[in-house]
Amino acid sequence: MELQLDNLCHAYNDVTVLDRISLRIASGKIVCIVGPSGCGKSTLLRLVGGLERASSGAVLQMGEPPADSINPLTYIFQDFALLPWRTVGGNVSLVLEDHGIQGERAEAIISDVLKRTKLTDFRKALPKQLSGGMKQRVAIARALAVKPAILLMDEPLSALDSQTRELLIDDLIALWVREQFTAIYVTHNLNEAVRLGHSIVVMSRRPGQVRAIVDIDKPLQQRQLGDADLELKQKELWDLMREEALAADQELIRV
Amino acid sequence: MSKQKLQSNVDGASEVVFRGGGFKTVSIPWVGFVVFALLIAFLEWGTRAGWISNLTMPRPSDVFATFVDLWRSGLLWEHLFPSLTRLVVGASIGASAGIGVGVLIGLFSLIRAGLVPLVSAIFPIPKIALLPLFVIWFGIDEASKYALIAFGTFTPTVVATYGAVDNVDRSLIRMGQSFSLTWLSIVRKIVLPGAMPGILSGLRVSLAIAIILLVAAEMLGAEYGIGAYILEAGSLYDLERLFVGVAILSIIGVLVSAAITMIEKHLLSWRT
Ligand SMILES: Nc1ncnc2c1ncn2[C@@H]1O[C@H](COP(=O)(O)OP(=O)(O)OP(=O)(O)O)[C@@H](O)[C@H]1O
Ligand SMILES: [Mg+2]
Repeated sequence: MELQLDNLCHAYNDVTVLDRISLRIASGKIVCIVGPSGCGKSTLLRLVGGLERASSGAVLQMGEPPADSINPLTYIFQDFALLPWRTVGGNVSLVLEDHGIQGERAEAIISDVLKRTKLTDFRKALPKQLSGGMKQRVAIARALAVKPAILLMDEPLSALDSQTRELLIDDLIALWVREQFTAIYVTHNLNEAVRLGHSIVVMSRRPGQVRAIVDIDKPLQQRQLGDADLELKQKELWDLMREEALAADQELIRV
Repeated sequence: MSKQKLQSNVDGASEVVFRGGGFKTVSIPWVGFVVFALLIAFLEWGTRAGWISNLTMPRPSDVFATFVDLWRSGLLWEHLFPSLTRLVVGASIGASAGIGVGVLIGLFSLIRAGLVPLVSAIFPIPKIALLPLFVIWFGIDEASKYALIAFGTFTPTVVATYGAVDNVDRSLIRMGQSFSLTWLSIVRKIVLPGAMPGILSGLRVSLAIAIILLVAAEMLGAEYGIGAYILEAGSLYDLERLFVGVAILSIIGVLVSAAITMIEKHLLSWRT
């Protein structure tokens, strides 16, 4: 399944947030979106996943999602969004129950995703007993449980410290290598973008437009922390963003 | 000792002042009993020593003796049983209707717009003033007492419940939608558990109000019941019996509150 964003515009009241965004999200690729604060990245992701209606333009789904996909468009949120009254296992089963998956079938899925996210031993733990990195791994496990065709991630690692982030980047790469999922990955961290993105969309300040698209051909599993070519790409991205970020900052002062 | 050592070891050094204390509830169960015991001991001492006149305050030991008499004579149950029945029936009706309406107000804008002003209008009415009306509607028997207690419990429960529903983390609801949970599942598995802390602390207030109204209801046309017992004692200025009645109400209040604390411990152990 592929996604095509077609001339997407969005405004809140009179404020235009997104301006004519056209993008193609190819199957099996991770598209990173970077841009200055307030340029509408989160809004874009909400439009793509159908949590909000665009003012004009459309998000088109090309082709059918795989038959075994339970929830084709699945989010991973920055603030984890785990139910604090459910255990790790309960949080995963929450999203299966409603799709009529219970008993043994649910059990198989839950233990599989918890194993893949290295959480098997924490199945009975409550969210309050987990560290930030583990909470996000639970959220990733929950997302994997519904076999998404496309993962929508809004700064999934921003609430974490840099060591945990590094570990989770490795985890995400390992997961992608195992089964090439499609993802839109919003971040403000350029290092994350060059590590995880097959292509990186740079957005301008509000109203957000696509300013540039940078492709990185190097396979994900060969990318390492501190690779010289990645550093160069990161520099290139930063040069693209610098003015926008500065201008966005000034704008905030004027408001 | 080690502290002094530290100070003498390093010249001009002193330990950083600890200022992280307080603002944390820890349960110290016995303190409550000590406060009660001290108060009762103080009254006993005062009435025995004579600087509290028996006319202004009954002696605690006499009150206790009256209570034992009441118990022995079997009259205690004759009064307590109807009272507890009224409390349980009335409060259950009021609280469940209140939670139901509160959740509806929290979920539907139209119901909110229609009912919130109405609830605000009936909240401040002293329900006791409506007792004659309830008698006309439901008769002089039990039904009017249930209705009064239910009505009095209803309004504070509604207000607490819709406030609690409003406070449920929106990002969790959005998460539920993003996984295509049904509306009913979102309400059942996300909204209700999320609102539970607020609903329970609302119940604490509503049930105390229910006890107040129980007595009010029984003061009007009840042969048996704690309220009738207190009223009778009051009209005779029999302070010992009056205090026995009041103490029984207090004990009911403490037990209800303890029950809610237990429910909270059980249901809300997920809170940090
Ligand atoms: N529900 C809303 N109602 C009104 N304005 C909104 C709403 N949501 C977002 N906005 C505005 O839209 C703009 C874009 O917001 P958005 O959250 O999409 O930015 P972002 O790129 O994700 O920023 P950040 O990097 O800080 O997360 C902001 O100016 C914000 O104030
Ligand atoms: Mg955002």
